[in-house]
Amino acid sequence: MKKTFPIGGVHPNDNKISRNCAIEVLPLPQTVYISMAQHLGAPAKPVVAVGDKVKAGQVIAEPGGFISAFVHSSVSGTVKSIAPRKDISGNSMTHVEIAVEGDEWAEGIDLSDTLVTEIPTDRAAVLAKIQQCGVVGLGGATFPAHVKLNPAPGSKAECLILNGAECEPFLTSDNRIMIERSKEIVIGAAIMKMVLGGCPAVIGIEENKPEAIAAMQKAVAELAYEGISVMVLKKKYPQGGEKQLINAVMRRQVKSGGLPISVGAVVQNVATSLAVYEAVQKNKPLVTNTLTVTGDCLPVEKQHNYLFRIGMPLSYIAEYAGGVPEAAAKIVSGGPMMGRAIANMDACTVKGSSSLLYLSEQFTKRKEASACIRCGKCADACPMGLEPFLLNKLAQNGMTEELEARSVQDCISCGCCQFTCPANIPLLDTINLAKGQVLGIIRARAAAAKAAAEAAKAATQK
Amino acid sequence: MKNMLVSNSPHVHSPLSTRRLMLDVVIALLPATVVSVLFYGWSELMLLAVSIATCLGVEWLVTRFLLKQKCTLGDLSAVVTGLLLALNVPPTCPWWVMFIGAIFAIGAIKMTFGGIGQNVFNPAIAARVFLLISFPAAMTNWAVPAGFIHSCCADSVSGATLLGILAEGGVKELAGVNYLQTLFFNIGGSAGEISALALLLGFVYLLCRRVIKPWITLSIWGTVALFALIFWLISPAKYPDPLFNLLTGGVLLGSIFMATDYVTSPMSNWGGVVYGVGIGLLTMLIRYFGSYPEGVSFAILFMNALVPLINKVFHQHKFGRA
Repeated sequence: MKKTFPIGGVHPNDNKISRNCAIEVLPLPQTVYISMAQHLGAPAKPVVAVGDKVKAGQVIAEPGGFISAFVHSSVSGTVKSIAPRKDISGNSMTHVEIAVEGDEWAEGIDLSDTLVTEIPTDRAAVLAKIQQCGVVGLGGATFPAHVKLNPAPGSKAECLILNGAECEPFLTSDNRIMIERSKEIVIGAAIMKMVLGGCPAVIGIEENKPEAIAAMQKAVAELAYEGISVMVLKKKYPQGGEKQLINAVMRRQVKSGGLPISVGAVVQNVATSLAVYEAVQKNKPLVTNTLTVTGDCLPVEKQHNYLFRIGMPLSYIAEYAGGVPEAAAKIVSGGPMMGRAIANMDACTVKGSSSLLYLSEQFTKRKEASACIRCGKCADACPMGLEPFLLNKLAQNGMTEELEARSVQDCISCGCCQFTCPANIPLLDTINLAKGQVLGIIRARAAAAKAAAEAAKAATQK
Repeated sequence: MKNMLVSNSPHVHSPLSTRRLMLDVVIALLPATVVSVLFYGWSELMLLAVSIATCLGVEWLVTRFLLKQKCTLGDLSAVVTGLLLALNVPPTCPWWVMFIGAIFAIGAIKMTFGGIGQNVFNPAIAARVFLLISFPAAMTNWAVPAGFIHSCCADSVSGATLLGILAEGGVKELAGVNYLQTLFFNIGGSAGEISALALLLGFVYLLCRRVIKPWITLSIWGTVALFALIFWLISPAKYPDPLFNLLTGGVLLGSIFMATDYVTSPMSNWGGVVYGVGIGLLTMLIRYFGSYPEGVSFAILFMNALVPLINKVFHQHKFGRA
């Protein structure tokens, strides 16, 4: 029987309309704007100056902290400005503006299609390469890959899980790279497996992607690395959630507040695996990724999967793809369950961009909320086993202690509760706010405890 | 570019709605309703009409003039209450008793607490108990009005329910009564209790549509059966067997449609089991040791009051906290 995670989950219509659209390469725009916040953690610090000539693949910013990443230029040209610019949500962030001149790549980058199948054995060198090439997790969280691939001493990776679930409706970019770049992904897995000390690697793919499953199985068989296998999973959202995927594949549950490595798991997206392959085998930094242009109000012949370069304005991509459809009422970056509504089409692609999703008003409009009928369907749908109806009420009453006791921090914001609620109550809105509040309280408490401990230490030393 | 909507995720919603859920409950009640109309005829049809119309009317009046809120009739919950209440009274119930019951159900039990989702007690059950205490004669008159299909059931016309016979005369009075016929039709009892099969059909529908989970209903059945089994094994001459207890009276109607009411039952699965066991136990205690022949309504009403406490103790099983 096909595996899946045991607690909660929902079955939205998967709408993988663009599944058969082969990846096309987007032509270069005149200007790109590269954000310094392409990853989880501290923003990167620019190392170029206005007027500098840069080549594609050249470092333009260094990590701004331990959890941070290098950023590279995605094009060749001249740095025009280093200034704040609005991202898709309208928040300000430093961007490096580069006027495109030709398409010249930095030295040492192998742009050929030749497959490099030999796996290097120097663990430290590979980790350094992954870091220098700015590889981050491309499954949504954009967590720096070299940090996750280098577990703290004392913890041991027992299984590398490649996330090919792509459980969000509409998105098909992972599906396409699994079909078109399957061998590269498998080699990337073999490299990460080596870095992690040779643990087995499992590629988890949902059953609604038969072509991707076949392609990956074929690549695994042909390349014949030891200990890499494909696991077909039942279709259920949010299977691609890190904890859910670990639960489905390994039958282990990460404890509340714990990291995947605590149960021996390291999860990386298939797109990250491709980026690792390109970084380690081809010396190519992460400056490209795949994105789906799709939606319920976009005819199938206008849907595309594009290979984009980071820093391309969304409006440029939309225009190239044929313009924003007349019926679109909302444009989402990411999937319809967890993606962000785009407030600003002048914003630019980042490493983790995955889609331009056009939704019609009828498809996406929120219905008016009515009274909770206590049906408990939100609790049944919650993949973390929480009780959204209760968290919602506690949050409305500002009961932060109870919220913490009822594990509001475990919420992964997957949206299953709100998706399911027959009374259309905006459960996730309230819970997300409460989560922020409780996080603030927990941090303040930790800071106070630390200060008290230091004061006590200082007192005893006197 | 024209202005676009910007809102938080999720950007899609399932087709589920309160109205759809309530409609499913109405659909699940249809077999039992049709059977009751076939057997009890015009008078049953009138009771259904009075009950549903009064429930809708009272809810409209209260939301419109007292609460000054948006009309909530569209969620169909008042229809469910009206339907259930009509199926929970004897078919001979006078229309004005039905009318008072419906006013009590919506006016006193549902809207007083703030309407849908807020009531502590199941409106239909509370109204039935209210009528039983206020109009005992009308509520226990089990005479059978003329139905649309007379010929098939002429010989089973009786003036008392099987549980009534049991309470009056003991098990020996039931000798010769083939109670397995209750599976298909049993005349005598509340209007909705004619056919166990019709009710079970509704149960299967509710489960297939995932409107309810089976735990509450199954734990009621299990408790009733176990309790009856113990007494039957001790003294088969004095007590009827478990199947008799499951098929007669309001166990099926109550356990499938009333105890599973979202608002007045526990939220967690284990809470539901505790709630169901409580209902089963109380039902049997009233049947065997109480002064009423039947106790399902009292049992559900009592357990309704305990739901907030049960909800405090039993919670959902959390991820990563085995």
